[in-house]
Amino acid sequence: MDETASYPPIEPSNFDLIVIGTGLPESILASAASATGKNVLHLDPNPFYGTLYSSLPLNELTSFLRSQSQPLTPENDESTPQLLTLPLYSSIEINSLSLEPIENSRKLNLDLSGPRVLLCSDSMIDLILKTGINQYMEFKSVDASFVGDAEGNLGSVPDSRSAIFKDRSLSLTEKNQLMKLFKLVQGHIGKESGEDDLISEEDLESPFVEFLNKFGLSQKLKSIILYAIVLADHDQDNLENCKDVINTKSGIDHLALYHSSIGRFPNANGPMIYPIYGQGELPQAFCRRAAVKGCIYKNGLDSFNETFETPFGLGLDVRFVVFKKLRCDLGWVLRMPVAALLMDKDGLTYKGVKLVSGQELFSNQLILAPCFMIPSRLTPAAQVANSYDVGRRDAKEKVARGICIAKSSVKPEAANCLVFFPPKSLYPEQKTTVRVLQLSGNVAACPSGMFVTYLSAMCDNAVEGKKLLDAAISALFSLPICGNSENNGIEKLSEHTDSKPILLWSALYIQELTMFQDSFNSISFTPLPDEHLHYNYLLDATEKLYQKIYPNEEFLTQTNLPEEPVDDDSSELD
Amino acid sequence: MHGRPRKAPTQEEQEASSLKAVKLRELQSQLLNFHRNKIYTKEAVDISTKLLESNPEYYTGWNYRKLSVQNLLESALDSDSVQSILDEELRLVENALKQNFKSYGAWHHRKWILSKGHSSTDKELRLLGKFQKLDARNFHAWNYRRFITALKEIPDEKELQYTTDMIYDNFSNYSAWHNRSVLLSHLMEAREGGHSGKENVLGEEFEFVRSALFTDPDDQSGWFYHLWLLYQTLKREPLLITSWPSTGSNIQLSVNGYLDGQSLLPVLHFQSKARKYPIILCFNEAVEGVSSSTVTVECEYHAGDDLIWIPLSANKLDFAQAWLTYLNFPDEVNSLKPYSVKITVAHVPGITSLSGAPCSTTHTSFTVCVPLNDLKHAEVQTMERISWKEENFRARATQPQDANLLHSLGYLKITMENKPSASDWSMETIFTEIAHCRELLSATNCKIGKLTLARLLMAHNTLISYSRPNDGAEIHYDEILALYRDLMKMDPKHLCYYEDEYSLALLKQLTSNTESLLKYSYEYQESTSPSMKSSLCLRLNGLSLSRLGSMECLLWVQMLDLSHNKLRSVEGLEALQLLSYLNLSNNKICSFTALEPIRMLKALQVLDVSYNEIGAHSVDSSRYLCSSPMNHAVGNDWNFEEFANGGIKLNDHWDAFLVFKDLNLIQLEIMGNPVVNDQLKAFLFKIMPALKWLDGEKCN
Repeated sequence: MDETASYPPIEPSNFDLIVIGTGLPESILASAASATGKNVLHLDPNPFYGTLYSSLPLNELTSFLRSQSQPLTPENDESTPQLLTLPLYSSIEINSLSLEPIENSRKLNLDLSGPRVLLCSDSMIDLILKTGINQYMEFKSVDASFVGDAEGNLGSVPDSRSAIFKDRSLSLTEKNQLMKLFKLVQGHIGKESGEDDLISEEDLESPFVEFLNKFGLSQKLKSIILYAIVLADHDQDNLENCKDVINTKSGIDHLALYHSSIGRFPNANGPMIYPIYGQGELPQAFCRRAAVKGCIYKNGLDSFNETFETPFGLGLDVRFVVFKKLRCDLGWVLRMPVAALLMDKDGLTYKGVKLVSGQELFSNQLILAPCFMIPSRLTPAAQVANSYDVGRRDAKEKVARGICIAKSSVKPEAANCLVFFPPKSLYPEQKTTVRVLQLSGNVAACPSGMFVTYLSAMCDNAVEGKKLLDAAISALFSLPICGNSENNGIEKLSEHTDSKPILLWSALYIQELTMFQDSFNSISFTPLPDEHLHYNYLLDATEKLYQKIYPNEEFLTQTNLPEEPVDDDSSELD
Repeated sequence: MHGRPRKAPTQEEQEASSLKAVKLRELQSQLLNFHRNKIYTKEAVDISTKLLESNPEYYTGWNYRKLSVQNLLESALDSDSVQSILDEELRLVENALKQNFKSYGAWHHRKWILSKGHSSTDKELRLLGKFQKLDARNFHAWNYRRFITALKEIPDEKELQYTTDMIYDNFSNYSAWHNRSVLLSHLMEAREGGHSGKENVLGEEFEFVRSALFTDPDDQSGWFYHLWLLYQTLKREPLLITSWPSTGSNIQLSVNGYLDGQSLLPVLHFQSKARKYPIILCFNEAVEGVSSSTVTVECEYHAGDDLIWIPLSANKLDFAQAWLTYLNFPDEVNSLKPYSVKITVAHVPGITSLSGAPCSTTHTSFTVCVPLNDLKHAEVQTMERISWKEENFRARATQPQDANLLHSLGYLKITMENKPSASDWSMETIFTEIAHCRELLSATNCKIGKLTLARLLMAHNTLISYSRPNDGAEIHYDEILALYRDLMKMDPKHLCYYEDEYSLALLKQLTSNTESLLKYSYEYQESTSPSMKSSLCLRLNGLSLSRLGSMECLLWVQMLDLSHNKLRSVEGLEALQLLSYLNLSNNKICSFTALEPIRMLKALQVLDVSYNEIGAHSVDSSRYLCSSPMNHAVGNDWNFEEFANGGIKLNDHWDAFLVFKDLNLIQLEIMGNPVVNDQLKAFLFKIMPALKWLDGEKCN
């Protein structure tokens, strides 16, 4: 702990709120609290932004995964409960399949909780626009979506009028039916109050799959709508055993969200966009906003202005400067490992935190990223999840995530694309959808000429999760055969597997979706990264948490940030 | 750019616009001054720039600009200064288009500048890209695009790909589909000879547009393209389809005014007296160029004069579907021996359709027996008043010999050699399209789909009738009629169109074979005067017809009852040159000008237009379309003074004069029309001296 000495002391030592962790929910909360004039200290023990939502170079990603997979041994100090790391990841499996190491592995920005994208009309984008942080970020649209099968055949997802028209795999009747459904949804959403309902109340409450059946859609179209557009996780055809039956109302709402996302921004050709440099940019942008709004600078913390250089007025290279900078001192957030919690004498009431530097800081409220753990106590355990529908979630459920690196695209005509493997598409017992997001160098996920692919699937256990991801990987990639006759092997392989990209590196891990934590007054845990492809539920959970902590305060109202140089004219949210 | 409701201007906007108007007015008066005095100084040109950039709609400004450019170019010293003059103009147009990218004047000015010498068409394409991104359907931009691509000699294939991309982007783009049809027309023409080439192209296009139709059947742009493809599929060279006398018929003109046991109706009687014999040729579409050089008539006793062919068309173009000539018999020809007439159509090129396709060669021949030239016997019998009362008609269908009668009258018959053969490919294509259309309609109730199905079925019937005449198999008239009845209910806005199409289909059905036609054939016999010879009357009354068609099958008709229909026009009747008795009562004819085709019926003696709507509508839109003294199409030779003495103003009744002045009517019913008054009646007597009965009154 040589670094300890380099941490400057913090003055003063009393805050309204201390936030530990710079994951997306923590950053949003810090930003929201500081916007209402709260005195906020934002700390992160890691030398990078994002905590569980970060985008990291290859080696840092693997070491972070490993560090979060085993609990630290707690010391027995009753008065100051140690802040421990909770094992969130398990069954980590890293495969380096290439004989050569991945070149430029530092240029990779690998998402820790991928695959994840933004829908142009979703609440996250609205928040980004409302808070003005779009000026800190750039986005690129996801080129296309596909539905895959076990052989790796990728069929397009006809999700718009022109896509239906162009699609060559749909029959004429299918085209007609699909467009009719889309029009019905648009009519239903767009109807004036008082007009006759296009879809009956009874239908809205019934399972969406039954509504689609009533519409006479083919199995193929149903599958596309349910798993590639409405983004269902569980097999909707098997209603008795389905853990999450999507009803018609939410199905239609999602279809409408999807459609309103198409064409919202003139530069985005599809409904989905992805932040350049990875999803880790998002929490970072909120931190920056929090800083602008006064988080940690407030109330005479002038000394910090020297240590934490304000980013204003740095020319066009702001992003890059900042990106490098945060690795040393985290621009707007104090990089500061926290050693322990300070509790009242009864050991049940939170008072503050003790830094590794030994300094003690006090606050009324503490927000912790879910990867931290307070040693178990007498208090009843509280469930931490992305609190959307906690009651319904099966506590055993986990999400299996995977990251693959290859040198060619799974679909030659698309650089950034989504692939969905609906239930039963990979093997008969497949119960959940495997979602895949491939990103290319043009979103700075990797150097150009390389492709990073994220996979995720819901599972009950690691065995099932690995099986799901392995099946999807073998459908999409060809695995190089290592050995002496390496050259021959690859040649043979390329004959048999057409143009499937060769897998160079992969990481598979299982992430918990539910955690049990001791509950204290004044201490809150932010939601875990969820299994979804977008941020909507996570944002809902974050907002709820904020309302719980500050019931009388508004959550991130419309504000204008001070003018800053716009990085690039290709910014799509202008 | 489309489907956006117009918002009422706010107070400020109104004020701003009136302020702008004041400024523009000032600039305009300055510019007019410069224009008048031919001042092209820099200051003057700058004023025009200012004006046109804020109001590109000011056409005079563009004209002034052209004059000034010409003026400047004359004094330009080198190519550089020429270029800078032109560049300045291009810049002005670009700014003007930013103000209003649908300004005709601005786009035209740009074309004009480019015709003066262009440096960079690439720049033009980039500019177009911008405008087409702003509004992909902007037809000005598309129009200009065609101009540029022609200038730049961009191959049609490449442009075709561009339209494909635009259509993929959004297929509700009439302009892109239209450009596609233009390009494909060029490409198909270029691949002349390769017939399968055209078939392949059309086949692919049908498939391409089908995706659009199924995806969004309510979007009409694809349907319009589909209609174009349908025309291309059916497109064929013009062809003689019927004639009168018909091929193989044997017409005997007998001395006592009878024709084959039938009462010889006045037309033949009258014309045989004059030793003239009418010949009518009917084509499947309007053609031009029918003349003695393109049509030869071989005939034993032909007088040898060059025949004059008259187009039977109400509009004054040289195109007509039916053409008329008269064969003259010299006096010495008076033999009972039948002598044959052979007509060869289009033995030399010259007959072409509106689209320029040449007519293929066909023949028709018939025989005629000419009566003795005996004036004593050929006296016109005393004409009784014709009464269209129901009791005077007797159905003929029950009498089997009538079938022969119809044939002898030259009822529709075309010989095999004249029969257009439908290609297997077009037949197959129509079949496929019908099947797809039915599939679509089974899933979606869409009006334009129904209309297309009706059109396809009609096309199918036409093709079928070419290959298998009088064969009822797979003829879909009832389905077509049902579709149109459906459409009338579904889409009352276009009721008139559907009624017209319904009428055409119904007439096609009625004339499709002898049996069906027989059901509408009656024998006319005046019950009160049994001495009068009976006549054959075709009664198409009470059928809700709003428009006439299939006239090529009715060339033989001399007595026609069209009463109690919904006819608004009688276009097409002009082909029925033998027509002597015509009943148009109880229709919806609303002006005399709507009767214009009747002018050409030289044999017409009895006309009933009672109970129509002539004079009921103060605004007669057809007035502006037909020949009238107002557009100087007719009337130059009319003697307006002639009637002045009788206290009748020709000006008040020119439309009646136009229709009736050349007719030799003996009987006219006109009552029940708002226009009728004593003055008009007096006028009608005056212009038709032969008139014996007017509204049942015998005249003196």
